[in-house]
Amino acid sequence: MPVTLQCPGYPEDTLRTLAEKLPCRETQVTSLLSLMGQPDHYSYPSVFIYGHRATGKSHVVLTIMKDLELPHASVDCVECVSAGLLFYQVLSALFGPDSAALLPRCPSLSDFVRLYKQMSSNTPATQTRYIVLDRAERIRDMDFSLLPALLRLQELVNDNVTIILLSEIVWEKFRPNTGCFEPLLFHFPDYSKVELVQILSKDHHPSYTPELYASYINILLGVFFSVCRDLRELRHLAMLNFSKFCEPLEKGEAKESDIHKLWKNIEPHLHRAMQTVYLREVSSVQWEQQQMDEKEATALRGLSAHAHIELPYYSKFLLIAAYLASFNPARTDRRFFLKSHGKIKKTNFLKKHEKTSNHLLGPKPFPLDRLLAIFYSVVDSRVAPTASIFSQISSLVTLQLLSQVGHDDQLDSPKYKCAVSLDFILAISRTVSFDVVKYLYDFL
Amino acid sequence: MNETLTTSSVSKGCFVFKSASKKRKRHVGLDEYLVEADDDSGRDRFRICQKLWETVQTSTEEIQNQLNKKVLDSLVEFIKKHELGSSSDVWRQRTSEIPTAALMLGVNVPDHAMTFRSLCNLLQDSVTPFVVSVHAKECAAVKHLIQKVLEQLMGKAVSVDEEQEEDAALPQKAQCTISALCQWYKTATKKCSQKKNDNGLRQSLPVVVIFKDFEAFNSQVLQDFIHICSRYIQELPFIFVFGIATSPSAIQHRLPHSVSSLLCIEVFQSVSCTQHLASVFDKLILNAHFPFKLSSRVIQVLVGIFLYHDFSVQNFVKGLQFSMLEHFNSQPLSVLCCRKREALLCAKTLSQQNVERIRHLPSFMRYVETQEPEEQVKLLTSDQHVKEVCQTLLKSLHKYHKNYFPILQCLHSLTSSLPKFPLGKHIRELHVSCNEKNLWETEEYDSAMQLLRILAKNELVAALQGCSDILQSASTKRMQTVFQQVEDFINRLETLESVSSEDSSVNGAISGKIDYQRKTDLFQLQKTLLEKESRRTKKMSPFEVLRSQVIEFIDSLVREYLTPAHLQPLSEVCYFSSSGILRQRLNVTPRTSIQAALSHPYYYLQNESLKTNAGTISSAAPDLCIVYKLHLECGRLINLYDWLEAFVTVLSAAEDQDADSGDHGQLDSLKHARFIQAVSEMEFLGFVKSTKQKTDHVARLTWGGC
Ligand SMILES: Nc1ncnc2c1ncn2[C@@H]1O[C@H](COP(=O)(O)OP(=O)(O)O)[C@@H](O)[C@H]1O
Ligand SMILES: [Mg+2]
Repeated sequence: MPVTLQCPGYPEDTLRTLAEKLPCRETQVTSLLSLMGQPDHYSYPSVFIYGHRATGKSHVVLTIMKDLELPHASVDCVECVSAGLLFYQVLSALFGPDSAALLPRCPSLSDFVRLYKQMSSNTPATQTRYIVLDRAERIRDMDFSLLPALLRLQELVNDNVTIILLSEIVWEKFRPNTGCFEPLLFHFPDYSKVELVQILSKDHHPSYTPELYASYINILLGVFFSVCRDLRELRHLAMLNFSKFCEPLEKGEAKESDIHKLWKNIEPHLHRAMQTVYLREVSSVQWEQQQMDEKEATALRGLSAHAHIELPYYSKFLLIAAYLASFNPARTDRRFFLKSHGKIKKTNFLKKHEKTSNHLLGPKPFPLDRLLAIFYSVVDSRVAPTASIFSQISSLVTLQLLSQVGHDDQLDSPKYKCAVSLDFILAISRTVSFDVVKYLYDFL
Repeated sequence: MNETLTTSSVSKGCFVFKSASKKRKRHVGLDEYLVEADDDSGRDRFRICQKLWETVQTSTEEIQNQLNKKVLDSLVEFIKKHELGSSSDVWRQRTSEIPTAALMLGVNVPDHAMTFRSLCNLLQDSVTPFVVSVHAKECAAVKHLIQKVLEQLMGKAVSVDEEQEEDAALPQKAQCTISALCQWYKTATKKCSQKKNDNGLRQSLPVVVIFKDFEAFNSQVLQDFIHICSRYIQELPFIFVFGIATSPSAIQHRLPHSVSSLLCIEVFQSVSCTQHLASVFDKLILNAHFPFKLSSRVIQVLVGIFLYHDFSVQNFVKGLQFSMLEHFNSQPLSVLCCRKREALLCAKTLSQQNVERIRHLPSFMRYVETQEPEEQVKLLTSDQHVKEVCQTLLKSLHKYHKNYFPILQCLHSLTSSLPKFPLGKHIRELHVSCNEKNLWETEEYDSAMQLLRILAKNELVAALQGCSDILQSASTKRMQTVFQQVEDFINRLETLESVSSEDSSVNGAISGKIDYQRKTDLFQLQKTLLEKESRRTKKMSPFEVLRSQVIEFIDSLVREYLTPAHLQPLSEVCYFSSSGILRQRLNVTPRTSIQAALSHPYYYLQNESLKTNAGTISSAAPDLCIVYKLHLECGRLINLYDWLEAFVTVLSAAEDQDADSGDHGQLDSLKHARFIQAVSEMEFLGFVKSTKQKTDHVARLTWGGC
């Protein structure tokens, strides 16, 4: 019972197929269509559509554009590393690449407006032109005047044009503090479980009945709905595990009506998938390979199983020193690293008000001098301050085990932070038989 | 230099300018490097060194290729698999991920370049011409990354077929987009498929993007790039290779789930750097055919740098190269450090000078002392005789090496399976201890032998079998007889079984028990050992008798062949032993050198007038040194005026002695200027910096002194 979409000016049957293509988005489609009005009517200058990932924003808008054959330019703002690229793509989609080639190098907004005006006066609009900007949040990173200008582009170029912005972020985060033209806001809510079933069931496998596929999707959602509502991801998982679901059918062990049997077969498998392939611990290809081999026992090693890192000896100590410097308050260094710290008593050393664990607060930056001082006191042998010690510090930075705070090219007393976890440092210090816990203020 | 050299950079760093004149100089006489006025063999040494270095290069390359073969092959397999599977099933096309290979390379970053080079070559030869590799340094923003990819792809394909010269112009930067690449790709593949229509089944050629240093990439850049590429994956079959130095979890740390879900990641592990180093050792250092040798100290320095600092095999080989250069440069007798035949030839034609040098070699002098008196006289007087003796000594040195290495390998294979590795886990450790002193006099050797003495029969046979495999390929006659003896022992051990199987089973049980305890306690082990010892005195089974014979035999081999190399006459010819120089050059301490230069200017300038006794400040020293020494006596903050006063006093102290000029100790503007220059040099070197606390003070930046 598809809702019949009604919109004067467009052919009936196109609207009908459109409704079929966009299940569960009838209300949004209806209101979008009514907003757009008849092809030659002026439309609202700018529309802002937001909603979580994979709620069908791009899909709905682009399907409408394509099926109704509306003149439009669709641009993904991630690709537009500069505003010029955006202008180029818009112009070339609306007026052909030749017109876009007229843009000067590094075009400004006014170049764009001028060229647009020129082009639209050459070929006046018979229908509303649409400019769809996906991932519009990137526009905020471009020139600050770009967004306000785009929002009232209709006025600027004096043409029947509508901007449609798509984003996962709410409009409040966009609004420039100087104020601007307010676009019309549309929200695409998340799909409910029922809706997800309905959408996913549509792409059933050609050699099986739709009912079977629908019950498969139901089982799948029963497992995954609590952790994942991303339509694209669910579709991916459905595709990956369908052959396993069909296995008893292929072997003749079960019939299509034997849903319970099929469920028993697939359910543990899906749980395993949740821990592996869903987290990308195991790649989809490896996952399918494993299904085919049917050697379930030989579990694939996931990505995080390879956490071990081999490091040169002094790098290990540098890393340990960096960890200590990051998680111990600087004033406690005397106690930990001075052989005769004598007088400092534990009572006044442990301040009462310092209840929060440094580990909860995260690593603190420390200067290079402090790192080296701690390094020389923890490393068990005399180490000359060679150039390779210093280059090891910068290697640790490129390996992202340390991170440099502040500017890259700050020569004068650079500061670092340790970027590894406690587990990691425990494993490292075990290999050099150094008891790091004894030196950590939090574990005193 | 009268040309002005400029860089466009204002940032830190040093810039290397290759001056044209230098290059010309190199061409004049590459082989004159080692030639000194009174020396004729320099050219020969240079040639030998050059040749050896070529061997080193080819064999390291070979080793690397061999070691990488497996991982590279599986990588190529992975890429081919995805190339074929990309568009087979329409039902599944809807969700396509970008195939991604996470190539684990280890933290020895300097070695990666070679791996990537062979990967690129391999891919271009066997899979696809479209291979791009990018470095994080060049890709600070996503547009740079895209630009790099485009440049490499389009530039390369243009250079392949020359007709389309006009395409060569890169698109304007404004159009550096993946969609432009898409257009280009369509035409390029059309051309490709036209060319090789005969094997028409070929599917779309993948575009491989290699991220050489994944960790160093800005994660936002990566995320954006992956997003963009995934939009085009249907038309442009991308395949990524991430070169990862740490661990695969780096991917999860850098990329959020929404992005990593666009990838289909598989992990490929390359060989570890320690394994790599071990192969280099086998091929170049523990090999009798490679005439140049390193002394144990030098090995320790090089291995130390490897283990403690960088894990880089590349740097290790550089160290080896440096040792070679140093050896051939500083040791004139290294003309004899070559293949046996050439060395003998060379010995025949030694110059008189070199004969004299041989006489002064410590190992040769030791040899002379062991000879009869008349022989001694002959050796000291007749050059011809020295040349002849030299030849026999060279022969025996070569023989020594030919016997040494097989026995070393045997001993290693015997002891490397013992608990706690009494003689070291790696063969290089065993080699070092053999070269340091007589191995059989060490405690470690004793404990290893004791452990060998309690091996069960099957273990012993297996160990001997390992030895016989090693010895089989050994070339000398002596080694062949040793091989026969080992085989003989194996046979006897095996026939023993049929004679008294129950006996040996008892024994096996005992040592089986010991085997158990091994892991728990060494002390316990010794106790059982002693118990056994006492039991043995009572009665020994045939197996035990035979076993102790075997151990005796091994021990005799060790004593005969594993003698330290420096005791061999003429060993200095082949062995490079200046570990001090090596350490100084390879493991530099910039801070110490600067301090040495500033506090002892004589050390570098070698000017007699700069020689001072400690504690005094000479006015003859460069201004910078004077200022430096004065600042050592100050605290954290230095009053500039006091410093200037002290400086002027030191300078005028000298003038005082010359003449009693009236204006001594006075502040003339010349001294003032010299002082200011020296202080700014100090600031440049990072010893002081100006401070905002007090305007007429500078802060000291180094520790110590106060
Ligand atoms: N109502 C729907 N019917 C069919 N497919 C849908 C629907 N909504 C979303 N999809 C599918 O889900 C995927 C993600 O949708 P997309 O429009 O890209 O999400 P968004 O742009 O909101 O992140 C698309 O591949 C699309 O085909
Ligand atoms: Mg979208």
